[in-house]
Amino acid sequence: MKEICAPAIALLHRLGDMACFLADGFRQTFRTRRLAGKVLRQVYVIGANSMFVILLIGLFTGLVLGLQAFYAMSMFGAQGMLGSLLALTLIREMAPVLTAVMITARAGSAMTAEIGVMRISDQIDALEVMDIHPIGYLVTPRLLASLITFPLLTSIFTVIGIFGGYLSSCVLLTLNEGRYFSGIESSVTMDDIQGCFLKAAVFAVIVILVCCYQGYNAHLRKDGKGAEAVGNATTSAVVMSCVLILVADYVLTSFLL
Amino acid sequence: MNKEAWDISIESLNGGYGSHLVLRDFSAVMPAGTITTILGESGCGKTTLLRLLLGLNRPQSGRILFGGRDVCAMSDRQFHKLRRRFGVLFQDGALLSSLTLAENVALPLVEHTRLPRKVLRDAALRTLELVGLDKFADFYPGELSGGMRKRAGLARAIVTEPPVLFCDEPTSGLDPITAAQMDQLLLDMKACYPHMTTVVVTHDLGSVEHIAEHVLVLKEGRSAFSGSKEELYAADDPYLRRFLDRKYEESRRMAAPPLDSSVREALSEWLDD
Repeated sequence: MKEICAPAIALLHRLGDMACFLADGFRQTFRTRRLAGKVLRQVYVIGANSMFVILLIGLFTGLVLGLQAFYAMSMFGAQGMLGSLLALTLIREMAPVLTAVMITARAGSAMTAEIGVMRISDQIDALEVMDIHPIGYLVTPRLLASLITFPLLTSIFTVIGIFGGYLSSCVLLTLNEGRYFSGIESSVTMDDIQGCFLKAAVFAVIVILVCCYQGYNAHLRKDGKGAEAVGNATTSAVVMSCVLILVADYVLTSFLL
Repeated sequence: MNKEAWDISIESLNGGYGSHLVLRDFSAVMPAGTITTILGESGCGKTTLLRLLLGLNRPQSGRILFGGRDVCAMSDRQFHKLRRRFGVLFQDGALLSSLTLAENVALPLVEHTRLPRKVLRDAALRTLELVGLDKFADFYPGELSGGMRKRAGLARAIVTEPPVLFCDEPTSGLDPITAAQMDQLLLDMKACYPHMTTVVVTHDLGSVEHIAEHVLVLKEGRSAFSGSKEELYAADDPYLRRFLDRKYEESRRMAAPPLDSSVREALSEWLDD
């Protein structure tokens, strides 16, 4: 019986540990000195450094969506609905999910590796003995910065995606641009935009929690020690973040619709 | 500078990792205002002892007293407050790789005071000057040699002028000249801060000869010797004599080459290929 329950107990223990880690991350907001500077630096690292990849992915997502939707809707003579379809797809699903996945790949993995290396090279112990709370110093600024950058980058992804859809369906193909933009205006509501920002914020917390937690506990991993543990922690962080983003997306969508 | 000198007393300490006990019923005293060196073979528990003293690991039983204050009976908050008075030099310096040397040295002041940036940088530069690294203030740790990183780590450890300084193998991996400079630096610190209690974990008998005022020798997690340097050199305990005279154990001598013939054949095939 004990052996059967052991994995479930271990999972529960880990979830509890992650919840405490997250709570500590938020609690340190009120205790960390010179937080604004650290948050701004992380806004630059997570946000500005991810901008190019978000612009690129957003543009090509819009281009492909516009192209596919144009031909699919032509079969029913419903090209006029393309703007609505594209905007709603981007705002409700594609932009928050793809932005979060791209930031995980671009900044989340680097975060795990950085914190993991700090852990195995005694840098986190050094922070502790200097009475600098490691979670306040390393996690809290990233958490707060992600709550600013994820919604911003999601908005940018959406705008660029809509522009990409316009390029492929109106400039390269034959759709009337008035029909494209009026379709967007008539179908997108404030609830859709609020839902988009809510998803971006939830994904931000998931990505930072998973990536920082994996790096912070790299030394406790059973599948490797030292540099190997950091590599495995980075892989786990990316995989787990992507899976949790999709799971959370389903749960949130089912409540928002 | 805190004028109060703290002694460190350890009473019946048991500690280790999970069920693996490294220190067993360990007791020792490190006198206030002296340089105590902790000696011992690899794996005898020196680093474990240091981690227990720093509160990075929890002891399973026993007492650790800093200036008469029992840290095992303290709450986490009380202990963190006490730990502010420790300076620690980790084995490889443990400098934050994303900060320059000046930023690393100023870090404890940046995080715990509201001083202006100019004052913080000046304090960091003055401390770096003490360890001969003021010209490298804007270098990152990755751009420096191991010896320089250790000296920078020492600068960060003393920037708050702590009453207790811990150094984990400050001379390991250094050439004899740099190691001698490091030893001299610790003596200079002692001259600058006479009330500082310094604990140095080392393998280096040359360092012991040069800096130690009090010596602890660990053997298999227990205290094998505690006393002055002179008492250590006069000791006739067989283990201490072997340690000081750098003599090996007969039972550990290599009787024959460790590889068997099949491995050697495979190797020669590879080498001839």
